Amino acid sequence: MKADATLDCVGLYCPMPIYNTANKLKELKPGQVLEVLASDEGIKADAPAWCKATGNELLGIEEKAGEYKVYIKKSK
Amino acid sequence: MAEKVTLVVFSGDMDKALAAFNIAIGAASMGMEVSMFFTFWGLNLIKKNQGSIKSKGIMRKMLNFMNRGGSKRLPLSKFHMFGLGKWMMGRLMRDINFPSPQELLAMAHQSGVKFIACTTSMGIMGISKDAFIPEVDSYAGVATYLGEAKEGKINLFV
Repeated sequence: MKADATLDCVGLYCPMPIYNTANKLKELKPGQVLEVLASDEGIKADAPAWCKATGNELLGIEEKAGEYKVYIKKSK
Repeated sequence: MAEKVTLVVFSGDMDKALAAFNIAIGAASMGMEVSMFFTFWGLNLIKKNQGSIKSKGIMRKMLNFMNRGGSKRLPLSKFHMFGLGKWMMGRLMRDINFPSPQELLAMAHQSGVKFIACTTSMGIMGISKDAFIPEVDSYAGVATYLGEAKEGKINLFV
């Protein structure tokens, strides 16, 4: 998936990935896509929960060899 | 209006502080408005790490000497073992790049989490405002807490 920015959260545990995601997304414009790289499995549940609470759109989560790529589209 | 989260931080234990800050930072990252009310042993989390705590009277002086507090001095609630267990837990946390209590505190503050200190506990223990870090937003009592908790969607006691 194509993204406008990438955030590396590999090796970080909760709450760091969502904390960093929230801060990084502030730099993006509405409609832009952020790619979050993570290794903590918690992100599979946390990314959808975070998007639902903040009103941003979760485009998808790709899982490969214990690493996750999360795509979030900034909505507002 | 943003949804509100309140936490009463009663415990001065390091592990419980991690849980409290973790939830506070998470909630702030989800766009919620967060207040942390520090009371009793929980005041130790927001004491300065430097200097000594000045208080009047032999019993309060003794208490504040034994219960020095500060985000760097919090004991583990389990397996503290005179600091050995805490040291090991610190190693394990650093191992996975997990932030220390003082780093979590700074992150919470930067995320806009409000820190409120309980004045009754301060009175009982004889601790004055200058014992606390400048990040403390206000000094208040139970009515302030309940006023916020009434509006709160999530209210926790740690």
